[in-house]
This record gives sequence, C-alpha cells and structure tokens, in this order.
Amino acid sequence: MNKSPLSLALLALLLGACASERVVLLPAADGSTGAVVVRDQQGELRLDQPYAALKRSLAANRPYQSSPAEVTERFAQALAAQPPRPSAYVLYFEAGGNVLTQESQAALASIRKEIAERPASEVMVIGHTDRVGNAELNDSLSLTRAEGIRDLLIESGVAVDKLEAVGRGERDPLVPTADDVDEPKNRRVEINVR
Amino acid sequence: MIKAHCMVAGLLATSILGFPAQAAEQAGMIKVSKGAVSIEREGQRMAAGVGTPVMVADRLRTGADGSVGLTLRDNTLLSAGPNSLLVVDKFAYDNATQDGRMAVGIRKGTLSVASGKIAKRTPESVDFHTPTSILGVRGTEFVIEVEGDGDE
Repeated sequence: MNKSPLSLALLALLLGACASERVVLLPAADGSTGAVVVRDQQGELRLDQPYAALKRSLAANRPYQSSPAEVTERFAQALAAQPPRPSAYVLYFEAGGNVLTQESQAALASIRKEIAERPASEVMVIGHTDRVGNAELNDSLSLTRAEGIRDLLIESGVAVDKLEAVGRGERDPLVPTADDVDEPKNRRVEINVR
Repeated sequence: MIKAHCMVAGLLATSILGFPAQAAEQAGMIKVSKGAVSIEREGQRMAAGVGTPVMVADRLRTGADGSVGLTLRDNTLLSAGPNSLLVVDKFAYDNATQDGRMAVGIRKGTLSVASGKIAKRTPESVDFHTPTSILGVRGTEFVIEVEGDGDE
C-alpha cells in the first residue's frame, strides 16, 4: 500500500471541504472515563474528560465541552441501537478435576435463561486452571473444563453454533500465585454471553 | 465545485486507502436492527436483520429510518443511527491469547462505540477512522458524527 504524504495531504484537504465531523467522549457504563486521541495532519488532540468534544470542519479542529443534551439531540438513535452489554459469569471446580462446585451448578440455570432471552446470543466458554501441575497439562485441563461446560449447555438446549470453547490454562489467573499453589479461585470457567 | 471535489476525494480515498480483499473472517453479529439496514459484501447487497454475521470488509448501511447495533467478537459494541455507512476494515481476535486488532471506519452518519477486550489489552491495535482523521481509543465509550455527502 503506497500512501505518499502529498496525496494523503491532498485527500485530507479535499475531504475536509466536504465533511464536518464531531467526536464526543462519554462516561463509560461502569462510571469510568477513558480517553480518545484524535489524529490528523496537524497533530493529535486528546479527549479525556466526560463530554469533552471536538468539532472538525474545513480540516480545522475546535475543542469544546459537549453535554448530555447535545449527545441526546445528535446521537439518540445511534445510542438507542446499542446492543445489550455482554455479561460474564464465573463457575468454579472442585480440585484437580472436571466437577463443578454445588453453587456453580446452581448458577448454570440463570446463565441458560440469559442465553435464551438475549437477541442473537453468542456464548464464549473460557477454561482456566490453578498453577498445580505443568503448563501443558493445564492448557489441556482448562480446555477440558471449558468443553465440559459447553457440553452441559448443549444438553440443556443451547444451539451448538452459538457456543465457542477455549482453554487459557494457567496464564490468566484471577488470583496471581507462585507456581504449584492450589488456588480454588483460579480453577474456573468464565462464561461470556454477548 | 465542492461536489466535484468530493467525488475526486472519494475516488482518491478508494485508491489510496482501499484495503485489498482478504479472506472473510467473522468480526461480529447484528444484535439490533430497525428500519432499512443492509450489508454490502463482495458487490452483493443483503438485508441485515438480527442474527446476521458481520464479516471483515463488510459495508453496513442504514437508511433514513434505519439504525443498527452489532457486537464484535471481543465485546466491542458498535451502533449507528440513520443515513450511516460503516466499514469493518480489519478485525482479528484470538480467544486463547486475547491478541487482536481492529480498524473500523465511519464514512457518514452517527456511530456510538463502547470499546472491547482488544482495546483494553492492546489499545494501540485499535483504531476508528473518519474521512479526515484517525481515533485512537484508550478503553472507553464515545460517539462520532460525520456530516456531508461522502459515500465511499
């Protein structure tokens, strides 16, 4: 791909004559606010406060403070079409094997309900282990755990093509530990419903 | 005169920024669809109802009464209001390692974004682009509007 600086500059100039653009940073659903960095020919501008905004026209930038009212006025329909937030569940296992704790067996029922109720739901089942045993063995154990839960969901009527199972072994612990530590919180399967 | 500039710019955009065709990988799925919503894929146009998979390089278009919401495989939420055109230029995500990258373009209309797992883990491998700028994301939610008649 050959992007010469001259042709890109020309392109930005030509397009800048046609389009006006606006970017508004929103507070996240969890209450935090991240940041957006807007880059163009002139450089970059960082938005990192709630409702910090940028209006661009004729390739010029004008930072300003937007508001919930303006966001509603301009973006109500886009925001109304936002899909439901994905949800995450964690199920725990008895040591060393593929048997769920009693509490986690009970939690499966509400997960099945959510899968059935979401529009066009998709489910990712992610297996994890603690650090007892070697890494290769744990890769395989984590996948076995994930596939076990996947199979339970299939038996309960969830369509096969909605489900994906993956094993992350011991590389993504909930509670970081030294090697060979028996940590119940790390013997788990996450179920992500989106 | 401005119209002519826009057409030239559109052609330039296609020739300079155009991505080569790549093997279609599923990037996400339509979860919300209201009014006229269509996907253009390999020269074909199809209606994009709830449950339609969205592939890399798909162009997603809403009509005057349309809006659409999709969830990408890394849990990124995208939704567009009426008269919008979105393109999923790049998307790759490995469930086991959580490595991935994505590039999404908005050519016109309105887009809301709630960033997902790729942006959380490797923000530098996520970008959103408008006709004149590129947005880098640091784990966040934002909205973009592109006014004008750029269509390509």
